[in-house]
Amino acid sequence: MVTKKVQKETDLNKKILAELVAHFRVEREKLRKQWLVEMTAKGLVSGLDKAELDQESAAIYDTCIGCLESGRFTRAEEYARKKAERGVLKAMTSEQFFGGILTLRDIYGMSIYLKYKNDETRCIAALTLYEPVANKILSIIALAFIEEKEKTVKQQQQSILELSTPTLPIRPGIMILPIIGILDSYRAKQLTEQMLRAIRTNRAKVVVMDITGVPTIDSKVANHILQTVEAARLMGTQVIVSGLSPEIAQTIVTIGVDLSRVVTVSDLQSGIEEADRVSGYSVHSRRNEKASSGV
Amino acid sequence: MPIPILKQGQILIATMPSALTDEDLIDLRGNLIGKAGAIHASGVIIDVTALDIIDSFACRLIRNLTLALRLRGAETVIVGIQPDVAFAMVQLGLSLDGVTTMLDLDDALGFLYRQNYSGEQRD
Repeated sequence: MVTKKVQKETDLNKKILAELVAHFRVEREKLRKQWLVEMTAKGLVSGLDKAELDQESAAIYDTCIGCLESGRFTRAEEYARKKAERGVLKAMTSEQFFGGILTLRDIYGMSIYLKYKNDETRCIAALTLYEPVANKILSIIALAFIEEKEKTVKQQQQSILELSTPTLPIRPGIMILPIIGILDSYRAKQLTEQMLRAIRTNRAKVVVMDITGVPTIDSKVANHILQTVEAARLMGTQVIVSGLSPEIAQTIVTIGVDLSRVVTVSDLQSGIEEADRVSGYSVHSRRNEKASSGV
Repeated sequence: MPIPILKQGQILIATMPSALTDEDLIDLRGNLIGKAGAIHASGVIIDVTALDIIDSFACRLIRNLTLALRLRGAETVIVGIQPDVAFAMVQLGLSLDGVTTMLDLDDALGFLYRQNYSGEQRD
């Protein structure tokens, strides 16, 4: 059962809400222009096209009032998502955009105060209605931008992952797998899958896995490498691991990983020479040969 | 239907189907050992390209089969282990130690012919 006091409050709130919405609609051009003036003074909109500015500021203003009136924020969410995807207005940074929204927030707040400053009860009621809406809109916008940034980062991470372990066939049956950068468990696993598939595609009988570009490895990664070599062997392929730096060699001995069943060499050149040897290729230098007979 | 075994000269070739039961494997083992002896086979190729899993039973059986065939004078090659299967086997710690593996039939036949005519006889 709703008490008389609560009922009175609810009625008051409804009236204030209607008043506020009407007030903001009436004051629209005045407040919007004021907003533009303040943003320009803060240097938030320098270099922006005037027509576009008018259009966007009107859209934002109306979206906010729409949310205030309906109590629903779908329009704000859609607007925020669209803006975030497009990377804001063409010549505006995220900071400028947020600065602009915050300025609008202040203008709304000041407008409410000026309207109700002689009536404490209504002023408090109005602010109590307005504040949560303003906060919600701000957080919707902030979240939309954060999500967009995270999406970009994830996409970039994926591309880096794919680009960083190319599988390169260098002769029929011989493939090189140069690895660059820090090798963690996730990357090692992904590398193994990629290599095994490439072995099948390229019909590689020997793979030279070069880790010259890997600064350090731990026991988990060393075990991953062992597993990779074993899995390749099941497919009928031999893996030669090349490019073990002195540091990595020491580390492997220290952590006690048994690489005795793996053919290892110190650098890529030795790795390729070994791969040639195992595959039955021999490479001759033509420069030092005497005249005639081609090799 | 039992797994068909083809003959190519002195070499037997068995292609495993994708749906393989333990009984099928046991039957194959018996048939291969029998037939290898009957034709004095010098080599046996088992093609597992169609298998999308090789479990510990299959693994053990293949290893035992290889040893048994070697005792009867035939060298065994396992052909066509798929990347995902190889990866899974290694993660489970299953290994085919002592068993020769190759990428495909071509490689296996080349390997077996070389073994045969190389003059090095395994005793």
